[in-house]
Amino acid sequence: MTKMIPMKERGKRQQRAIRQQPVEERIHNFNEVPLGYTKEDAIYEAQRCLQCESPTCKDGCPAEVNIPEFIKKIVEEDFFGAYFELLKTNSLPAVCGRVCPQENQCYKTCVWNKAGKPVAVGRLERFIADWAREHNVHEESPKVKRKNKRVAIVGSGPAGLICAADLAKLGYDVTIFEALPKPGGVLIYGIPEFRLPKAIVEYEVNEIKRLGVTIVTNFVVGLTRRVDELAEEFDAIFLANGAGAPRFMGIPGENLNDVYSANEFLTRSNLMKAYRFPEYDTPIKVGKKVAVIGAGNVSMDSARTALRLGAEEVHIVYRRTRKEAPAREEEIAHAEEEGIIFDFLTLPTRVFGDEKGNITGVECIRMRLGKPDESGRRRPVPIEGTNFIMKVDMFIDAIGTSANPIVARSATGVQTNKWGYFVTDEKTCATTRAGIFAGGDIVRGAATVISALGDGKRAAKAIDDYLSSGGSLKENRQ
Amino acid sequence: MYEILRREKWQDVLYSMWLKAPHIARAAQPGQFVILMTDEKGERIPLTIADIDREEGWIQIVFQIVGKTTTKLAQMNEGDELYAFVGPLGKPSEIDKYGTVVTIGGGTGIACVYPITKALKEAGNRVITIIGARTKDLIIMEDEMRKASTELLVTTDDGSYVRKGFVTDVLDEVLQREKNVRKVWAVGPAIMMKVICDVTKPYNVETIACLNAVMVDGTGMCGSCRVTVDGETKLTCVDGPEFNGHLVDWPEFLNRLLKYDQQEKQSLEIYNESLEAEG
Repeated sequence: MTKMIPMKERGKRQQRAIRQQPVEERIHNFNEVPLGYTKEDAIYEAQRCLQCESPTCKDGCPAEVNIPEFIKKIVEEDFFGAYFELLKTNSLPAVCGRVCPQENQCYKTCVWNKAGKPVAVGRLERFIADWAREHNVHEESPKVKRKNKRVAIVGSGPAGLICAADLAKLGYDVTIFEALPKPGGVLIYGIPEFRLPKAIVEYEVNEIKRLGVTIVTNFVVGLTRRVDELAEEFDAIFLANGAGAPRFMGIPGENLNDVYSANEFLTRSNLMKAYRFPEYDTPIKVGKKVAVIGAGNVSMDSARTALRLGAEEVHIVYRRTRKEAPAREEEIAHAEEEGIIFDFLTLPTRVFGDEKGNITGVECIRMRLGKPDESGRRRPVPIEGTNFIMKVDMFIDAIGTSANPIVARSATGVQTNKWGYFVTDEKTCATTRAGIFAGGDIVRGAATVISALGDGKRAAKAIDDYLSSGGSLKENRQ
Repeated sequence: MYEILRREKWQDVLYSMWLKAPHIARAAQPGQFVILMTDEKGERIPLTIADIDREEGWIQIVFQIVGKTTTKLAQMNEGDELYAFVGPLGKPSEIDKYGTVVTIGGGTGIACVYPITKALKEAGNRVITIIGARTKDLIIMEDEMRKASTELLVTTDDGSYVRKGFVTDVLDEVLQREKNVRKVWAVGPAIMMKVICDVTKPYNVETIACLNAVMVDGTGMCGSCRVTVDGETKLTCVDGPEFNGHLVDWPEFLNRLLKYDQQEKQSLEIYNESLEAEG
């Protein structure tokens, strides 16, 4: 058995790098880019953890993972134990280990962060989850007393999944309703294979099903059944349908044929597997020269997908600078390594096309940063007379999403704000109607997987409190 | 899951199927549609609901073989199950008592305009229905249509049945003869709906076109089905599928329908070759 190493030794070590697929190979395939830690890597990295008496890393984790404890088990080579430690609070460890913005969470609050070398918690989490999957380790079904109360969850993205898992572990009878044919929400339709392999999502979703959660797919709450109708059948409801509606810039030419929303482009490629057309039936088009608008994670995903689909030149066009870009540093770095061209301080103003709907170019204007706006970021201001034509034949809007009103329209008494997002209590995720809770992007706007996951966990606790104290939507009705 | 309860081949390329989907039948209204996938590798295609039975829990669809998905669908048999079947999607038709209305169906659009016609008549309207197809064999649901409407007019492009002419020729005659047509519904190929709008415009009769845009999810998520209506971008799947046809940007809409034309042809060719190779 491996042992803890002396403190002095821990201080000497640097963060263990993660092996990656070489750039020249990966731009031609959809396989995952980071290859993960080996056992030796994992133990080496885990040994760096100081096992602080009052660990601050945990404060940074919305999934409430007991970080030092699972890392200690890695040092002891008790991977089985480490996996169950993770599962205590987080039923999506392989997902979180890959897509969490750790630099804003556990890395940030790790004491080693001051020295610029936080313990790579995410990589360790991923190692353990992958180890468990490869060794076919499963969580036992919880031996709790069934509570004989039914909870409906709308949407099977990260918020819905984690809420379902936590409630099932408490003994509730949980049904998730999903509009698409496969569960996972953004993990399936949004995040590309090269960043989050779909087999991994399917595995973790199946683990949640093993807890007794029922997932009904191809069921659009709001259309197939109204929230008001669900309220007659279930004791509590959690709305986690995501902020799925695409946003366009609203400039002339945006309805030309080869203008995509990032949602469409990624859904075709990820959910419908259009990157394997014609083996899969769903087609996708990719231009020779592609402009992706926006600089969030979704923009990076779109740009890197376009590259892998055979685009010769891919630009990320962003009206601010690299510093303000909302994407994770790791995602920007990956895109840069792969040869994506960044056009900062640039704003598209018009898309030009021919009579058949093909794009012939995009007019842009150069920007400079002015005074800070409400978001605290410096507001981009156009520089007169700097208009130019960018020669591209494809345009992808990746400037964010907005609320899809289908679910809200069918939920009487559940208040939304002026953008269509549900109004909730921050601590409990409670909406304005007792027994109905909401979380994830349909409350926050487009945010992160981990913040959605945090909402799902908070909602599960609040739903347990509500139902334990005798609350029920069914009774409210009477 | 979504079992094919009944399958009928109406013509060489024209089929109807009845699918078990009690949860969709329970909620569906005239004018709404479904999206289906034949198998896991399949494409999602939208199809308008032709008929429903809430008690028996089925949905009827009518389709013509045009590409790979409809080819695969036609090869499925009673007892087979679809991989995905989701709905009802889109907004229902605005059924009200208007007075005299005209409903028009072209090709498989005849099946789509059937529930709208039936509902309009049940709401107390005088419904004149025009159905048309390229040739006699492609005229479908004639008896049902006759029952569903007040007056049924049939036409064929080649004159092989009843009369020769397009639905628009018949429509023009109706509008000359009837002075009180309040509203027109047009369902069929995009170009047919566009020409119908051109015909009704001088008469200043509101004309509803049921747009058959290219869709992926069908729930307002992807934006693939966007269309410009009265200068504003709308999503056919959630804001439609019915729009005031006089306000639709038809050239843009017709272009967008052809977006994947080449890929669709390629996909069908490869599939047909594989079928031939199998014998």
